[in-house]
Amino acid sequence: MKAAILVFPGINRERDMARALRLISGHEPAMVWHAETSLPSGTDLVVVPGGFSYGDYLRCGAIAARAPVMDAVRDYAAKGGLVLGVCNGFQILCESGLLPGVLMRNARLKFICHDVHLRVERSDTPFTRGYNAGQVIRVPVAHGEGNYEADEETIKRLEGEGRVLYRYCSADGVVDEAHNINGAAHSIAGIVNDKGNVLGMMPHPENHVEDIMGCTDGRGLFAGLAQHLEKAA
Amino acid sequence: MKARVTVTLKTGILDPQGKAIEGALKSLGVDGVASVRQGKVFDIELAAADKAKAEAALKEAADKLLANTVIENYRVELLG
Repeated sequence: MKAAILVFPGINRERDMARALRLISGHEPAMVWHAETSLPSGTDLVVVPGGFSYGDYLRCGAIAARAPVMDAVRDYAAKGGLVLGVCNGFQILCESGLLPGVLMRNARLKFICHDVHLRVERSDTPFTRGYNAGQVIRVPVAHGEGNYEADEETIKRLEGEGRVLYRYCSADGVVDEAHNINGAAHSIAGIVNDKGNVLGMMPHPENHVEDIMGCTDGRGLFAGLAQHLEKAA
Repeated sequence: MKARVTVTLKTGILDPQGKAIEGALKSLGVDGVASVRQGKVFDIELAAADKAKAEAALKEAADKLLANTVIENYRVELLG
């Protein structure tokens, strides 16, 4: 795995992400500053980490999405390269047009910072192959704007094409309004683009990868990605 | 030339911040408030004196950055 983690001013989860990638893949990821106009050669995974790029000014992720490095990411994604966006990274991917829809203010207006359960909807993607379809994992969230919304037609297409990979649910996998923490359409926690190579998700799998964190459910995502890339190499 | 770009949420988009403000106005006893929708105002100074060019630049600014047209509408005004 040759991962590149994008770094924007105000991002604060890039080191957690680097640690998780290093731990699970055994390879040191490159940190790529937002003003760069290209990605390191041989990059096979671009990660847009969480945080508060540009202090969430204007709209969450709006300014980062227009950074020079994002043109390189768009080219890379158009060629089928894997992109993972977590939390603010998900917002940045939506603002940059790499993913459809938008992350709105949480329905109950509160910043939500605790563990949630996610149902993994399918296991036949690079982003979920470390899990079983229907498996429930526990990972933390920390966001004020994670309420995924898109027009009806987009939601229909996402569902029809099996592009919702992660959904908020109860500990035993029930998806209902009571466990839809932020009011997202169809309890959506993570989606992929139409080609299936760009994932955006609000929860932080990188924060549940070591025993000391109290849970290692997040490992599957990174282990699956590493496995997928090894196989492709 | 001075200009103003106003960005508002499209109809039907849930606006929890507007709702909270609406509730606060009601609890303050401000009469007759039916609903509140929150938006953004950008006051912009342009170097160009040409009206058509200024409008084109503002439209570009709004489309590229100031508004997320998935959920927002915008209005451009030249203030002279």
